[in-house]
Formats: sequence, C-alpha cells, structure tokens
Amino acid sequence: MPVTETRLLLKYADEPDYTPGIDSYLMVGGYEMLKKAVGMKPEEIRNEVKGSGLRGRGGAGFPCGVKWDLVDRKSGKPIYLICNCDESEPGTFKDRQLVHKDPHQLIEGMMISAFANDVKLAFIYIREEMPKGAKILSAAIDEARARGFVGANICGSSYSCELIVHRGAGAYICGEETGLIESLEGKRAYPRIKPPYFPAVLGLYNCPTIVNNVETLCNIVHILRMGVVEYNKIGRPNNTGTRLWCVSGHVQRPGYFEVAGITMGQLLYDLCGGPRPGRKFKAIVPGGGSMKILRYDEKFKGKKPNGEAYEYGVDDIPLDFDGVAAAGSMSGSGGMMVMDDSVDILEALANLTQFYAHESCGQCTPCREGSQWARKITARMCTGNGQPGDLDTLYDMAGNIGGRTVCPMGFSTTWPVQSYIDKFREEIVAKARENRCGMPREARLIQK
Amino acid sequence: MSEPKKDDGLISVNIDRVEVRCRPGENIVEVAASIGHEIPHYCYHPKLSVSGNCRMCLVEMGLPGKDRATGKLLHNTDGSPLIQWFPGPAIACGTRAAPGMHIRTTSEVVKKCREGVMEFLLLNHPLDCPICDQAGECRLQEFSTHYGRGYSRFLEEKNVKPKRTVLGPRVTLDDERCILCSRCIRFSREIARDDVLGFTDRGSYSTLTCFPGRKLENNYSLNTVDICPVGALTSTDFRFKMRVWFLKASPSIDTETSTGCNTAVWSREGKIYRITPRRNDGVNDTWMPDSGRTLYKQVEAENRLQQSLVRGQPAAFADALREATTILTGGTRASGSVAVVGSGRSSVEEQFLLKKLAGALGGATAQIVGRVGEGDDLLVSKDKNPNVRGALLTGLIDALPVPQLSGLAREIDAGRVKTLLVVGEDLVGAGLNAAQLAKVSIVYVGTHLDATAAKAAVVLAGLTVFEKFGSFINQQFRIQKFHRAVPGPAGARDDLVLLASLLANVSGAEAPSVMESVWAAMSAEVPALAGLSFARIPATGKVLDGAPWSSLPFIEGKTMHFNPAAARAPAAVTA
Repeated sequence: MPVTETRLLLKYADEPDYTPGIDSYLMVGGYEMLKKAVGMKPEEIRNEVKGSGLRGRGGAGFPCGVKWDLVDRKSGKPIYLICNCDESEPGTFKDRQLVHKDPHQLIEGMMISAFANDVKLAFIYIREEMPKGAKILSAAIDEARARGFVGANICGSSYSCELIVHRGAGAYICGEETGLIESLEGKRAYPRIKPPYFPAVLGLYNCPTIVNNVETLCNIVHILRMGVVEYNKIGRPNNTGTRLWCVSGHVQRPGYFEVAGITMGQLLYDLCGGPRPGRKFKAIVPGGGSMKILRYDEKFKGKKPNGEAYEYGVDDIPLDFDGVAAAGSMSGSGGMMVMDDSVDILEALANLTQFYAHESCGQCTPCREGSQWARKITARMCTGNGQPGDLDTLYDMAGNIGGRTVCPMGFSTTWPVQSYIDKFREEIVAKARENRCGMPREARLIQK
Repeated sequence: MSEPKKDDGLISVNIDRVEVRCRPGENIVEVAASIGHEIPHYCYHPKLSVSGNCRMCLVEMGLPGKDRATGKLLHNTDGSPLIQWFPGPAIACGTRAAPGMHIRTTSEVVKKCREGVMEFLLLNHPLDCPICDQAGECRLQEFSTHYGRGYSRFLEEKNVKPKRTVLGPRVTLDDERCILCSRCIRFSREIARDDVLGFTDRGSYSTLTCFPGRKLENNYSLNTVDICPVGALTSTDFRFKMRVWFLKASPSIDTETSTGCNTAVWSREGKIYRITPRRNDGVNDTWMPDSGRTLYKQVEAENRLQQSLVRGQPAAFADALREATTILTGGTRASGSVAVVGSGRSSVEEQFLLKKLAGALGGATAQIVGRVGEGDDLLVSKDKNPNVRGALLTGLIDALPVPQLSGLAREIDAGRVKTLLVVGEDLVGAGLNAAQLAKVSIVYVGTHLDATAAKAAVVLAGLTVFEKFGSFINQQFRIQKFHRAVPGPAGARDDLVLLASLLANVSGAEAPSVMESVWAAMSAEVPALAGLSFARIPATGKVLDGAPWSSLPFIEGKTMHFNPAAARAPAAVTA
C-alpha cells in the first residue's frame, strides 16, 4: 500500500484558501500554544522539548533540548534567539515553504522558544534570495504584534519579546551559525573559532545565543500541542517528529514532502513517482549538496535487533537521521537530489565544486584554496584536459580540507569530492578520457 | 593527574611527551616555544587577537578522560591517566593550556595537516622568491622547506590579483603574495585603532585593500609590514633596496620620544637600510611608530659634520680641541661666564661627563632644551627628548627643561655669559637669536652643521646614536642600551672621547673616556645607578628608582605601557 505524507508542520499550508495571514492561522487554532506557554514555567517548556528528543533540522541534527541546555543562563547577559532562515544548501527548499505559507507557525514557535529561554530579543535571519519571504514575515510579525503575540506583554502576560527580521546579503556561509551571528552584527560573515565562541556562551554581541532552524522552531509548537508522549510516537526513537524532504532532480513528481517513518524507496517511488519513463536511478544525494552521494545500486550491511546481519539497498534506507547516517551519508538539510542514468557524474561533481568554491568565505586556508582547486581540477577534466592522477590529487587534497577548517563547511568540499570518487571512480575516469577525445563539450551536451 | 600540588599557580601540560609547567590558559604556541618546540603559524601573533584562520598550527590535543557520571578521572590499566584525544586536529593558537592537557606537535596527523596547509597556501602564491623582497625573512619560505611536501601538484592557473597597490604613503601591497592571515587588519583595528584595512571579494579571490576613500597612513602603518609573514606588505622606503640576509641587525633605541621604543637597526657595510621594532614587552611590545624609522637618514644628511671646524674652517681634531680648551678656560673667567647647554638626546654617560665638565667650568648644573609635542597615547609621548631622566639622574639638571632658554638669553644680553658650551642643540629656535649668539664664543659638540654650529668658534664633530653606544633612561625610568650599527665619519670622534678630552683639559685631571670607566665613576656617584655597569643592563632594560623625582611635573601622558597618573595616585583611587 502506497505510503502517504504525515503532515504536521505543513498540515494547512497547502489547503486551498489558507493564506499566510493571521486570520487563517487563528482559525486553525494558532497561537493557542503561545497562550498556554506564557502560563507555564520556562523550565517546563525546556523539559518538554528535551523530552521530545527534537533534533535540529538545519543539517547536523543536534538535539534541540541539549542545545538549549548549553546556554549560559548565569552570565547576567541577555540571551538572544536567532532563527536561521538562511536556507542555502543546494537542493533544499523546505524552510521557504514554512515561511511563505505559514509564517505565523514559525513566529509562534519562536515566541514559545523565546519565552522558554528568557529571551527578550529574537531575530529571524533570512537569506537575501528570499525577498518575498522577508516581506511575508515582516507583515506577519506586524499582525502578530497587533494581536499581542509579539512585542510587549505577550498574550497579556508580563513577558515581552521583540522579533526582528534581518535580511542577509547573499552568502552561503551565513547559514553557519557563527557566520550568521557575525553577519547579523554587521560584519563580514566569517565563522568564528570554537573555542571560545560557542554561541551558547559567546554568541551575538558576545552574549549567550540560541540559533535554531526554521523547521526546528516550528516543531516546538507541535511538541507543546501534542505533548511529549504523543509527539514521540511520530518517527523512530531518536528520530522523533516528521521531516520535510525536498526532492529535486530526476523523479516524476519532485517537490517537498513531510513524512515520518518511511524509507527512501517509499519516498522515491510512492510519493515522487519513481524515475522518469525509460530511465533508471543512478545516484542520490540525500541531504543537500554537501552530503555524501549514494549509489543507487549500493548495498549496505545492517544488523537486525537479534544480531543477524543482513544486506539492504538504497530503497530500504530509513528516511531519518540515523537511517541515512547508517548508510554512510547524512540526512542534512533534507535536500534530496536524485540523478538518473542520463547524468554525467563528472559534470555533476564539477557543478557542485564550483558552488562550494564560489561560496567559500575565504577566511581559512584549506577551504579557501582547496575548494577553488577542486573547482579548477574538475572543470579542467570536463573540458577535456584531464590528466592521469587528477583523481588521486583531488581525493588526497580534499582530505586535507574537511575537519581542518574554522567551520564545518570544509566538509562541503571533502564529502562530495571523496564520495563521488569513491563510488563513481571508473565512470569519472572514463568520462574524463572521453572528454579528451576531442568532442566539443557543447556537442556532447546536445547529444544527450 | 596525580601531580603534586604546587602553589605557584602553574599547571602541567604534556607537549610531545615532555611535561611543561605553564600558567593556566597560556597559549599552546607559546608553551611549546618555551621548550623549543616550534609550532609553525602565520596568523597568530602574540600581541594580537587570535583569529585562527591560517590553520598552520594544527596539533593533536587530548585531555584527561573523566567519567561522565562521577566526574572522576579515568586511568589506563597501568595507572597513568587516560588521555582522550580529540577526533580532529585543533589549532594550537586557539588552545589554552589546561591541567593535564596533552599535545602532539610531531605526529603523522600533524605532519599531514601542515603539508596540506602549506600546499594550499602555495597554490595561488607566486613562486618567484628570487625577485621577492621578503625572501630571507619569509615565513612561507621557511615553513615550506620545514613542513611542506617539496613539490607542487597544482596544474591549474594561479589567481591573478593586483600588484603594487599603494595602500598609503609608506606601504605598498602585492596582493598576489598575500596569504590573507589578517594580521595587518587586526593590528590596524586593535593596536593602531585606525580601522582602514579589510578584505573584499570572497573565497580564493579575497583581496586585501583599504576601505574606499581611506589610506593606511597612520603613524604605525609600517608595523603591518613587519608582521606580514610574507612579501605582501612592503615598506615603500625599503623595498628592493637590499637583500635582508646581507643586513646586520644592531639593537638600538628610538630617540624621537621618551617612550624609548626598542629597535633594530639593519645595516650593511656601514650603511643603514631600515629600522624595525625590537620586542620589549615592558615598553613597546613588538611595535614602533613610523616616524622613528626614518631617523637613520640623519646619518647621511647634507649638513652632517664630517670633521671638526675652527671658525668655520676644517681643522685637525687636536687643533680644534686645543682651541676649544682655550676658549673655555681663557680670557676673563668671571664666575658663571661660561654657560653649558646639554641635550636630552645625549646618552646618560655623555650627560654624566658634561655635568663634570660644567662643574669644572664653575657651574653646578647646566640646562638642556626641552621638547614638547603631541602624544598619541601609544608609543609617541609628549616629551620629544629620549633622555631627560638621564640628565636628572646624573645631576646635569635639577629641574625639568623648558623649550625656550629665555633665562640664558637674558644673561647673554646682560653680558654676564660670554662663552657657551653647547652639546648637540641648535639654540636658534630654543629662545636665542642670531644677535645673541654673535655676542658669545661658542664651543659646539654635535653632529650636524646647524645655525648654532655655523656661529661656533669651534665645532667638535661627534657621532649620531647609530654610530656609538650608550644608554638612555625612558619615561618609565627604564635604562636601556643602544649599540653601534655603523661607523661614523672618519673626522668625527665619539662624544665620550670629546667630552672626556675637554674635561681633562679644563680640569687638569684624568677623565674617564671609555664606557667601562665612565660607568665605574657613574655607579659610584649616582645612587640610582649603584651596583650597575653597562654590561649588566639587560637587553630589555632595567627600571631604576625614580622616586626622588616623582614630584616633578613630567609632561608625558599615558602611553602603551606607561600610565603616570596611575603610577602617582594611590592604588585605591585609580581602582
């Protein structure tokens, strides 16, 4: 039986007549949880969130409750909450849906989180490329303020918190939380070194700061509404709640899907309609461009609860944090890019390395120079000038980037480069060789 | 760790299996350096904030394992503490010493990290060391031979960036050589407090530049050249003049103000090419003002005295000395008819001899010319004399000097002063006019033919600070040595010799003329210098007791390591 979506965050978003206005949101019970929250103790809310096991939806999957626990509450400095809406990982477009279609859900989630953490000033950092989203959010905040859900004396309580929308200037690195904080402070978005600049202790203006993804903050509303027990029934243990997957590429019905407890095959075939006619799946990037690629015909080794070893394919990968991690990649931001057998994997790699070279902020040496080098090598291979040994150089050089940089973006070059080579080495070599045989690149593209 | 508790506040850190005692929180780069283990670095600078961007100082780091539940330390089976190594390398410059911390600076992982970073840094860096001005003192060169892989795998084209960008009047930038370590940016922001530098563009195309409409023209701009680890920022004055490995660095002192910045004077074959700061954490850290770097040009100035003069004509030293003695001792020697004008730019030793000479000529003290100017709260103090406190200590003067010698002018006008002994000062501009100078016979000891020297009956050619050695006492009452960098003109004599000769001739007794003998006499007579000798002054100077002069209204304001208000006021008030 085909699976269906489990819509929680996007429950109303695509209903006809549902608008981003506050009336729509109020009609479906909006802001009731905020009213409930301001009557609770902040610790109670924090314990709920911790109990829910909610994991961050921005990419790393760090437990939200633990993140809140790390906040330095004794410093005497103000605590800031920042919503990271700099969704710029290639293939990801989930936050955009939440912001465009149901902005009040995010605002309610933020205000509950702000109350739970004694935050007096919260920010939504929205990427420059979402001008409409910024407008919608600003309008929604004005509406919410007029109704007493944002600003002074929220829901008639003594609690006040201001919410500000801040637009970035168009840089991928602003999605990294410390880079985002620098940008918000009005500086160049160079990620900070950790230690000592852990946002929970020395964040925005050197004050304790919480940075959460849009989807994470929206989940807070539902944790409060459903209660921990009910919420934890969604998804597998340690992977609670729904996840928004953005499927792009070579499937019949690309789009965004809110699901829980299904496998990759169910998503690809039941929800996305499988490959295009006459094509076969070739590779899948499960969680945004920087994650390791999976070969569609790959086999993984698993262990059943009784200890029995078994083999499973890509279709059987459970679609959540741990499931994708067990297959050697990461669910990341949920931006799933599907490639079928029409794809030149070398071109795909060249395209990705170009993106990460372009978006490297340039602060620290390995990523700055390495990402550009990777771009140059792959571009050269694409234009028929590949050399023997290119892949070995590329592989070894990429290994010198990830884990040796200021921020985790170093891995954005390392992981794609190494995984593409690991899994498609013969094909890349063959392509590079074929490219050398003199057929102009344009001609090859037309032929396809 | 079960180390014995010591109450010196130090902790134990294990670096490459060597136990090192250090302060908690001390930077690991410095801790490793203290036992001679070099952790290569570009962006880290001991006097700037840590930015951690070059990634050259990656090391392996581990901390004693703790049981999560009980918090107790974990141990290996042999009883040694269990070290939990971090999964990835950490930057040493961003790592602070913690009890029991373990660091590996030579492991295979670390070696691979350094090779990787070196390779990345050289990708877009021009490999044209033979024509680069930094060659010989380039960290990129040094570390690539020490820690690099020795060959390049880079087959692509290098990025092209601007060459010869003029950042300001004294600094020229070659952007292609820049490794984007941001030291210069942090210096401008944090030390010079003139935030003019920044990066434009992104990633591998990042380019160092001045903000639009701004220039790197503050008085500390050349420090960015000193701290630039590569040949990107160069001194417009020095670039391409001389290969640095030919140069000899002589320790010296910046004489432009009473701050007494420690400097190194770089010379070859008797010619000075540049002056750079020398680290002294008590005085100038690793910085110096730009204004002090051009002082060496006085050595080869147009009006430099090449030999002694008698009434404007070149004369042998012996003849000039005899003539000077006659002028100083001959004629009607009414008491006080000889006035002595010394200098706050003379060394302590010279001031001591001059004081003796003044005594022999019948005056108890002399006067020196005060110099007051703008201070900048950093390394330029308001007192433009480097050695006023030396004159006080040696007894040459007993009050603070004034810029205008109006008292002396009145004495000359009244006819009471008929003879002047002037050391290194131009009295025109110091309150005396040409008419007054014409009324007196002048013996001038100095280095340049200024207006006073031109009027002098006898001119004895001396040496500049770069051609002799001696000591100055700065605003902190810190006595600091300077050394000879280059020889002086053949016709000039060491000022000590000049003054000692005059003293011997005037007094008829023997006078000390070499450093050791002057110091022997000085340490015996000057209480603050008791027990000290020239050789025993440390390279970073020695702070003397300035209490006897604490009531004098010194004009210095606050500078980098000097806060007169705090020094004078009781501690409770300043806190």
